[in-house]
Amino acid sequence: MLTKKRRRLALRTCSLAGRILIENGSNMERVNDTLHRMAHTAGLQDFQAFTTVTGIVLGANNMPNAMVMNIRRRKNDLSKVTAVNEISREMSQGLITLPEAYAQLKWVDRQGPYKYQNLVEALAAAVLSMALMIVFTGDYRDSWAGFIDGGISYAVFSYVIRKFKIQYLGEFCSSLVIGFLTVLMVKLGWAHSINDIIIGAVMPLVPGIPLTNAARDLVSGNLISGPTRGIEAILTAVSIGSAIVIVLHFA
Amino acid sequence: MHYWLNLALQFFLSYISTVCFGILLHIPSRAYNVAGVIGGGSWVIYWVMYYQDGVGLAFSNLFAAILIALCSRWAAQHKKMPAIVFEVPALVPFVPGGQAYKMVRNFAIGNYYLVTVYFYQVVVIVGAITLGFGLGELLNRIIHYRRWKIVKKNR
Repeated sequence: MLTKKRRRLALRTCSLAGRILIENGSNMERVNDTLHRMAHTAGLQDFQAFTTVTGIVLGANNMPNAMVMNIRRRKNDLSKVTAVNEISREMSQGLITLPEAYAQLKWVDRQGPYKYQNLVEALAAAVLSMALMIVFTGDYRDSWAGFIDGGISYAVFSYVIRKFKIQYLGEFCSSLVIGFLTVLMVKLGWAHSINDIIIGAVMPLVPGIPLTNAARDLVSGNLISGPTRGIEAILTAVSIGSAIVIVLHFA
Repeated sequence: MHYWLNLALQFFLSYISTVCFGILLHIPSRAYNVAGVIGGGSWVIYWVMYYQDGVGLAFSNLFAAILIALCSRWAAQHKKMPAIVFEVPALVPFVPGGQAYKMVRNFAIGNYYLVTVYFYQVVVIVGAITLGFGLGELLNRIIHYRRWKIVKKNR
């Protein structure tokens, strides 16, 4: 029989794992699966979890109160999802105990950005823009402009997200920057095609995780999370598109 | 000769873009190569189907999405990582960014006929990818049906 303290720790571990998974863009079926597996390993009986994109409610038998976890922001950091997956697997294989798992989860949750993260991300976004621009349009002449545009706009995006923490505003601002830089380069005669450069430079901002998760949640029958993620993807796309429309109006 | 060179270039570029999107999403570094191969390979198959063989837009996207789902599940089991680590970066070349941009552009110009044309294309591509992921999930469950039953029973 579990002590009351240990049962509470088990619920707390489950809720922390669920929060990390949902915050960083896991699909709901994996969240539920991980939570049930952890609760089973920890010895909780009749475990119930109600998970949505903005909050989790957890309960087990012999516990008068359910546990609630609020989820405020979403960051899309898949390394944390992988880390939680690893911890859950080690726990169900009996390699680590419950308090160790809780400590490791707290450590995963506290992980901040690595050294030179913004620089590496901006470079990756720049290369991504250039490569996809050539793939989509076959335009080699302007690929350097796509490189510069993609890098600068992603740097702006990560700066706005980090400083002001408003969802969708980062995409809007960086799309404005993309449009402005592209129109400037074409007006100065350095580059040739506005369309090709913008198509490439917008690609690092596309809502890949919400789109994939919307599809997978809808398929698995989760009628709360699937449409919500779909709306998140649509809102992101609309904020990119409206910024581009604003710039093109003055082009 | 020119055809094969172009094919290799397409593979290389989509491999690079998949790995770069993986860096943006912070996938673990030991997943870069596999994710890149999945993204590049499925893009090459899509490219051959859509641009060379003239299979329709919807069907080639559907096939590519099914391929991504199956390969990601396989890689997830081998590398012991969640399948989403491979799926999301590999999907990047298939996101209808170009069509969505052309839709917005024609909307800004006021060319409403072309807006509907590109909107239709975006809806077809997104729908095909969604359906493809669903079908891939179904195929995964069919392949791993026996294993699933054992997991459920032990729980």
